[in-house]
Amino acid sequence: MSETTRTYRPRRDRVWFLRSRAYTIFVIRELTSVFVAWTIAYLLLLVAAALDGALPAFSAFAAQPWVIALNLVALAATAFHSVTFLNLAPKATVVRLDGWRVPAFMIQGGNHTAWLLVSAVLFWVVTR
Amino acid sequence: MSAKATRAGRSTGGERTITLEISRFRPEQDSEPVFETFDVPLRDDWAVLDGLNHVKDQLDGTLSFRWSCRMGVCGSCGMTVNGKPRLTCGTFLTEFGAGPVRIEPLKGFPVIRDLVVEIDDFLAKLSHVKPWLIREGEELPLTTEYAQTPEQLEAYKQYSMCINCMLCYSACPVYVLNPDFLGPAAIALAQRYNLDSRDQGDRLDLLNTDEGVWGCTFVGECTSACPKHVDPAEAIQRYKVTAAMRSVLPWARR
Repeated sequence: MSETTRTYRPRRDRVWFLRSRAYTIFVIRELTSVFVAWTIAYLLLLVAAALDGALPAFSAFAAQPWVIALNLVALAATAFHSVTFLNLAPKATVVRLDGWRVPAFMIQGGNHTAWLLVSAVLFWVVTR
Repeated sequence: MSAKATRAGRSTGGERTITLEISRFRPEQDSEPVFETFDVPLRDDWAVLDGLNHVKDQLDGTLSFRWSCRMGVCGSCGMTVNGKPRLTCGTFLTEFGAGPVRIEPLKGFPVIRDLVVEIDDFLAKLSHVKPWLIREGEELPLTTEYAQTPEQLEAYKQYSMCINCMLCYSACPVYVLNPDFLGPAAIALAQRYNLDSRDQGDRLDLLNTDEGVWGCTFVGECTSACPKHVDPAEAIQRYKVTAAMRSVLPWARR
């Protein structure tokens, strides 16, 4: 292209994530990572308290209204993150069995089933 | 917008019409794009590209846009139609009801004139991934014939269907925000050769970078926009797994 040709370069769109539903859902999924990180930190604090014999103090911390509210939001955000993450998993997982490609819904379903089974086992361990 | 919509779909001489809102950029007179509206016949078998050709042939011969095959093969008529990257030859005017239909150049690329964008960067990215069969110890041009089984063909065929229309780049917010990103089509093209049983090359250094597969945040819109079902998002995620495995397991396959 000639050096004298002037092209138009649009300014950066600062609210690009509001331009389509898919972009908005993507950004929400990314932002829920913050709550996933909080959930991990919270669980590590729980384990540390259990090892140190400080569970009563941790329980008092966990019973505060703002912690309960935060954890409810974190639960919803983590569930949303997990569902969307597992739904996307078939894109990165191409499984071929004797030339037959395992369809995405089976990989996705398998992931969700495994997630539910692990959750059920954890629920049983915690509540028994 | 509503005022324009009322003009669309009206009858002129017994024929229905629809309004096209076309982005115009004439560098000799415009500092930035402006919209011009044209009423074109609304026919069941007319694609957006037919509407543009009607404008150029009958209403304003200065309108500039790229097109060639009119059958979704050449990949040159990609534009932003009502906010989405589409092949205008495969997007029919009747899809938009009473209209209007807003037609802009592909987002993410510098605009040369009207609906024509600069593709130099895209072409450079394609060649950057070495999109050819690399054979060890063989002189170019390759002349030996290497037969493949149907299964070996199937392993990469999907990624070979790309027509370089650039819709995936325009749909990708990562590329639009950061043009250094290698982008969906180039990475899918690299995978087309990585998965080819005849290829002996190694593109890890090209793809296992921040501007390569790791620049992708998996929005997934490249796959949604692809008119040939190449699924570039899948190609990128698969290579992320490959790159991660090769980083921790040196004997992992390419």
